Amino acid sequence: MATLTVSRAPFAGFSFENCKRNAVLEAEANKVGCSLPAARKTGTTICGVVFKDGVVLGADTRATEGMVVADKNCSKIHYISPNIYCCGAGTAADTEMTTQIISSNLELHALSTGRVPRVATANRMLKQMLFRYQGYIGAALVLGGMDCNGPHLYSIYPHGSTDKLPYVTMGSGSLAAMAVFEDRYKPDMGEEDAKRLVRDAIAAGIFNDLGSGSNIDLCVITKGKVDYIRPHDEANKKGVRTGDYKYKRGTTGVLTKVVTPLALEVVEETVQTMDTS
Amino acid sequence: MLEETGPEWLSEEVKTGTTIIAIEYNGGVVLGSDSRVSAGASVVNRVMNKLSPLHDKIYCALSGSAADAQTIAEMVNYHLDVHSIEIGEDPQVRSAATLVRNISYKYKEELSAHLIVAGWDRRNKGQVFATLNGLLTRQPFAVGGSGSSYVYGFVDAEYRKGMSKEECQQFVVSTLSLAMNRDGSSGGVAYLVTIDEHSTEEKVILGNDLPTFFDQ
Repeated sequence: MATLTVSRAPFAGFSFENCKRNAVLEAEANKVGCSLPAARKTGTTICGVVFKDGVVLGADTRATEGMVVADKNCSKIHYISPNIYCCGAGTAADTEMTTQIISSNLELHALSTGRVPRVATANRMLKQMLFRYQGYIGAALVLGGMDCNGPHLYSIYPHGSTDKLPYVTMGSGSLAAMAVFEDRYKPDMGEEDAKRLVRDAIAAGIFNDLGSGSNIDLCVITKGKVDYIRPHDEANKKGVRTGDYKYKRGTTGVLTKVVTPLALEVVEETVQTMDTS
Repeated sequence: MLEETGPEWLSEEVKTGTTIIAIEYNGGVVLGSDSRVSAGASVVNRVMNKLSPLHDKIYCALSGSAADAQTIAEMVNYHLDVHSIEIGEDPQVRSAATLVRNISYKYKEELSAHLIVAGWDRRNKGQVFATLNGLLTRQPFAVGGSGSSYVYGFVDAEYRKGMSKEECQQFVVSTLSLAMNRDGSSGGVAYLVTIDEHSTEEKVILGNDLPTFFDQ
């Protein structure tokens, strides 16, 4: 089977090359007294819905590192191809890199076939890669797009199983979002209804799940047009301060003033020219 | 109090829980499955069709780890496509079952999925094969998945040789309904596939149309 990927053809099984190196690095770090940084997870609520003319993908924008919010406005809807986008939950680095690799391979594939890429192709590529790594790549994805066969929506789990459904949710806030979907989803909705439904589902995740928060991003994919709305809804605007903690000069009275000049002499002077060409 | 173990679906493998069953009759086979896919205590897909086509007249029923089962089915689908072009005719059910069995046996330690292969071919008509753990055995009927434990008594008592197509379909639907009632990991709707010489018919039976028993 000829592959058209730029990267080296994948070897069978998980590559353990870096495990020894990581173990050594961790031991060295522990010796000095520090610990390796925790992987940044996206906590997350992501979801997607198929409507009459396309798909709507939605995501929150909080990235957490343990119990601290590492990024208040990160982008979880990744580009795969002009007609296919993918939301990612799980380990931020894994979702970012996985979607970039598949996006690159899909572009080469599309140039080779001469056709607009299909969502099912992206799904196959993603699931085969994730299965190969047996769940160690912590990427849970919602893949949606529009191709010659209509709108399609897939959910892809870290171990490599996929489901093709009219509405899906993923992430720590998935149960909250799914509750909204199960209540209000109808087949063949209009665009505005679908956007409102996705916005409400993500909002449910943001307000009821600790791992999700900040704003709501939407991506509406229809035939020939993609609306990447970032942010669609600023659900958590930063509060405006009502007071000011600056004091005018002279607020505190000066009682005494003592000036001590420091006798310093120049020991060495070096000039490093900058190449500004 | 605030545990940082993260959502369970991230660490829990997605399993198909499941009740699957396949039965042969004179002239074809009937396959049936439930539709629940769980990750820990959460149902991630309540309408999954676990009867996956390997070829026009050969289907397999998936159970165990969703990723492993889907991958095996897709790989065997690909191999059968190539094989049927090479031999120039429709593949035998035994060939499909052997391909599934070879993968299940070789990667026995790494995989955790059980596929029941059933279909129709010209030589031996309807056949059902079980491939649990890497064995290959032809059986008049086979049940699998976590829900099967609850219905072994029912299928052993109710199965008779020489049932007609309609009786087989009724048998499958009753078995699925009983298992879905008792097994927490099985539920949703029932999918039915009937394969015979002339056609392959897929049917969905929604929850409220399933047969009810004494406690409903």
